[in-house]
Amino acid sequence: MSASDTDVLSQADLSHLRAQFPILSQTVHGKPLVFLDSAASAQKPDVVIDGMAEMMRTQYANIHRGLHWMSERSTEAYEAARTRVAEFLGAAAREEIVFTRNSTEAINLVAYSYGSLLRPGQAVLISEMEHHANLVPWQMLRDRIGIELRVAPITDDGDLDLDAYGALLADGKVGLVAITHMSNVLGTVTPAERLVAMAHEAGARILLDGSQAVVHRRVNVQDLKADFYTFTGHKLYGPTGIGVLWARRELLDAMPPFMGGGDMISSVTFEKSVWAPVPAKFEAGTPAIVEAVGLGIAIDWVESIGFDAIGAHEAALTKHALRVLPEVPGLSVVGKPRERGGVVSFTMDDVHPHDIATLLDRNGIAVRAGHHCAEPLMRRLGLTATARASFAAYTTEHEIDVLAETLRRIRQFFV
Amino acid sequence: MDECSLYDTVIVTRSRSPHHAGVVNEPTSRAQGVNPLCGDRVRLSVRAGHDGIEDLRHETRGCAICIAATDLMAEVVTGRTRTDALELGQRFTDMLESQSPPGEVADDADMPEVLRAFLPLKTHRSRLRCATLPWTALGEALNHD
Ligand SMILES: Cc1ncc(COP(=O)(O)O)c(C=O)c1O
Repeated sequence: MSASDTDVLSQADLSHLRAQFPILSQTVHGKPLVFLDSAASAQKPDVVIDGMAEMMRTQYANIHRGLHWMSERSTEAYEAARTRVAEFLGAAAREEIVFTRNSTEAINLVAYSYGSLLRPGQAVLISEMEHHANLVPWQMLRDRIGIELRVAPITDDGDLDLDAYGALLADGKVGLVAITHMSNVLGTVTPAERLVAMAHEAGARILLDGSQAVVHRRVNVQDLKADFYTFTGHKLYGPTGIGVLWARRELLDAMPPFMGGGDMISSVTFEKSVWAPVPAKFEAGTPAIVEAVGLGIAIDWVESIGFDAIGAHEAALTKHALRVLPEVPGLSVVGKPRERGGVVSFTMDDVHPHDIATLLDRNGIAVRAGHHCAEPLMRRLGLTATARASFAAYTTEHEIDVLAETLRRIRQFFV
Repeated sequence: MDECSLYDTVIVTRSRSPHHAGVVNEPTSRAQGVNPLCGDRVRLSVRAGHDGIEDLRHETRGCAICIAATDLMAEVVTGRTRTDALELGQRFTDMLESQSPPGEVADDADMPEVLRAFLPLKTHRSRLRCATLPWTALGEALNHD
């Protein structure tokens, strides 16, 4: 596919792209699947599915320990995936990439390990629109070592309130900022460069939760000047069970290990162990070998289409959704952020989001309904739940029209 | 949406205009049930005497299934003894949770017809708790009065 030449996906490109996702031709309850839940987890292209199966069929063994041919091949493939991720994020060195199970584990790693370097009296600053994955680990850290947890508010439109953010940094007590790069509920893309610059000016380090952002845009951690960046493979067309923590080398070097076990030590006696250099220090035990390789393939796949094309396609879909959904009687779109990724949350008068989701499902349409692992945000918005449609490279405008039309019928049915 | 038998007329109409919403006068007990997964919340107030449940009203915030299940529960348990009401709740939950498909549920002649409207939930297992939540709350209310 040469979509990146033109920066948009033509109809032909899109059909070709969709044909690479076998699941998209499934039917659900007798209707063609309309999959609008990619922000929860994206579907996988053939290359990822086949590549992982091929590895297990032909070149698989445990890594870093075998002296035999199979182990060497597996180790090479696993480490090549690390290099691939490092290039993908624009990291300064491949050693700055730590594989984890998912974004949640990556954030917990930082909270546990970097968190143990913080002192009582210091604070961690998050925002009102964090996923529970970027909230609960900091509460646990607070309760463990007695730091303060600060929460930067959002505006009614769903943007981060930058004045308030600046004010919360002002006393210089914030040791670490941990903020989403894109909200999974509002779709808000946060002004990452600004947030980083402001945090650094106040003497704080900053972690960006890129779980949603990396799927939709090119991210370069060095350009962002961030300190930590996390994402999760399964939202990026890769498999489950693999996530990524990127951090500056000097931070990783200074941080104590997260978990102990095999592979993370350079020598062990009963008295003490000497930690292995990074990233091995943070990868105790047998990692998700095949999944890491699958993630590397997924990244290749994404880059073969290109973020210019994916970004333009998703922006067009989002614009279309923001035009047709509000025309459905009783429907309100949640939030109006300045910059929105391919995520649209909505509510409908007189119909509960769970009833919406169940009825859409009967029509083959998959959306997410609930609090989206962001209960405090829901409370801030004065809602208990929303329905959410989210878009991916394979989503079509027609699917959004089917969604809008079906919502119209659901509303008629209830009123 | 004829294609979804779960949203039976009785469920939709009861969710739109419940018959037993509100709070009873001089309640003998109150209870609340919350489903943390979706934020549904059922508040019950019950007045029970020697002969059993005299009145039951609810304030429910939730989906159509949850509101209708609560309202229909209020209807079918009023006039029943505590034991009888709790036992009905157990049979209702068993009916929904048993693995047998909706069409092959062992015939329970004593199951009120209105509660059978929830049988299609057997194929929407992620929504089962929407219908059983009020019964859990009722158990709380009756065991703590
Ligand atoms: C913004 C955000 N952060 C973190 C996560 C957690 O991802 P995972 O469950 O893969 O760890 C998600 C996904 O649900 C998310 O949307």
